[in-house]
Amino acid sequence: MIRDPKDLQRYTPQERANHWVVGISFILLALSGLAFFHPAFYPLTYLFGGGTWARILHPYIGVFMAFFAVLMYLRFWRLNVMTKTDKEWLDRIGEMVDGNDHNMPEQGKYNGGQKAMFWALTVCVVLLTISGVLIWRAQFSPPIGLVRFGAVVHAVAGVVMIALIFVHVYAAIWTKGTIRAMWYGTVTRAWARQHHRAWYRETTGK
Amino acid sequence: MALQSLDIARRSATTTPAPGARQTTEVAKLIDVSTCIGCKACQVACMEWNDLRDEVGNCVGVYDNPADLTDKTWTVMRFAEVEQGGRLEWLIRKDGCMHCADPGCLKACPAPGAIIQYANGIVDFHQENCIGCGYCVTGCPFNIPRISKEDSKAYKCSLCSDRVAVGQAPACVKTCPTGAIMFGSKEQMKEHADKRIRDLKSRGFANAGLYDPQGVGGTHVMYVLHHVDKPQLYSDLPKDPAISPLVSLWKGMAKPLASLALGAVALGSLFHYVMKGPNEVSKESEREAEKEESQ
Ligand code: HEM
Ligand code: SF4
Repeated sequence: MIRDPKDLQRYTPQERANHWVVGISFILLALSGLAFFHPAFYPLTYLFGGGTWARILHPYIGVFMAFFAVLMYLRFWRLNVMTKTDKEWLDRIGEMVDGNDHNMPEQGKYNGGQKAMFWALTVCVVLLTISGVLIWRAQFSPPIGLVRFGAVVHAVAGVVMIALIFVHVYAAIWTKGTIRAMWYGTVTRAWARQHHRAWYRETTGK
Repeated sequence: MALQSLDIARRSATTTPAPGARQTTEVAKLIDVSTCIGCKACQVACMEWNDLRDEVGNCVGVYDNPADLTDKTWTVMRFAEVEQGGRLEWLIRKDGCMHCADPGCLKACPAPGAIIQYANGIVDFHQENCIGCGYCVTGCPFNIPRISKEDSKAYKCSLCSDRVAVGQAPACVKTCPTGAIMFGSKEQMKEHADKRIRDLKSRGFANAGLYDPQGVGGTHVMYVLHHVDKPQLYSDLPKDPAISPLVSLWKGMAKPLASLALGAVALGSLFHYVMKGPNEVSKESEREAEKEESQ
């Protein structure tokens, strides 16, 4: 459905579907994972039909998510290669957070912060997948030292990734007109011009 | 709790204190390796009392049979042939849960009430609360818990908590024909061990001693060993067992702190929004974009 013919296409339907598959799996993983993380979160297991079901389901959802995360990585990694302007943007991130974007350098499709987020999440998914397989007792039994190491890595990477996703989601809520990019795939020209001027020029030729 | 003998001292994945008004005597099982003849009557008694019938396995070429602990074999005799001072020694150790005062399994377990430490020191698995994650295996310094392939629950020696609760000694103790396994208060068992150690020393075992490793806060299953300086001789009984530093790191203070940090990130976002306001597309951008569109 076309909302406004002048809107700019930011994501294809395939890209959006891929992102939502990963996003929904992540939410299920975070909720079930936190349940094992600390007793304060154990009641979250009820969302999955009890502790045993949460324990059974979590690793399968993990493998499922890892597969779609790889697909998403292949779609987006090229667009997330850091440039000099991105480093400049990151140097000035304090101003941005303060709500003042006047001095921020012009950004392409993604700004430095988004790219940093992309790479941090990539590292987390890799660490979580490898360590998750190491601690998957129902399927594997690696040497005990590796399992213990895996447990630490999995817990740390899990918390870091959940925190990063909080920031990722908040950034989308904070920057008005962004979330529709994941619903309709389009953004307004004004949005693009303000937040990603270089990309705006590239797509509109203005 | 109705039975004082089953008063709970610690419960897995539980952050509030256990009821502690009543004082309960700590119990212990003492295994005198020097008087064990390796007859395996204790293995049979364990199966019989606990109604466990493991699959009949194969002889793997040594006396150890079954070759390892399983969900249905909670104790196993391990036979080691070692040379000490130019003599062959046949060291036979009854392996099974040590009932640590500071149990790594309980520390690691994420399921509330799946692992219980009674006030008398017994560490017991309550399978009805177990979710089968295997964290207890990861936490145990003695490699004891086993996850069943059939029901995915964790099992190990209960020190016959059901018998002890009603004033009986564990089944293995009751059956041992040489009196190599004893049961009583931990104090009594230590005193008894002292006598045995003095006897062993007088017979030329200068390094005889009690295995009650302090790295796990002491255990409620203790061994009298002829060579307490070299417990590894006894089929790799660990020398200074302790909960692995990785497990302590994984299950330590970092977790509540990390949970708070997650809350802080979420709340921080909320307050950022409230105090700085949303990052809206400015009127100026809208005008400029419209102008450029019509050009
Ligand atoms: C391929 C990916 C993954 C696999 C194979 C996997 C596997 C596992 C396994 C086996 C456990 C132990 C509990 C159980 O047996 O179910 C676990 C715990 C956990 N998982 Fe995952 N997982 C994966 C991805 C993730 C992701 C993306 C998150 C991020 C939110 C996550 C967060 C957690 C947390 C927080 C725990 C609890 C750790 C602890 O007890 O300290 N996992 N995972
Ligand atoms: S397998 Fe059962 S007893 Fe062992 S840690 Fe997991 S929930 Fe606890």
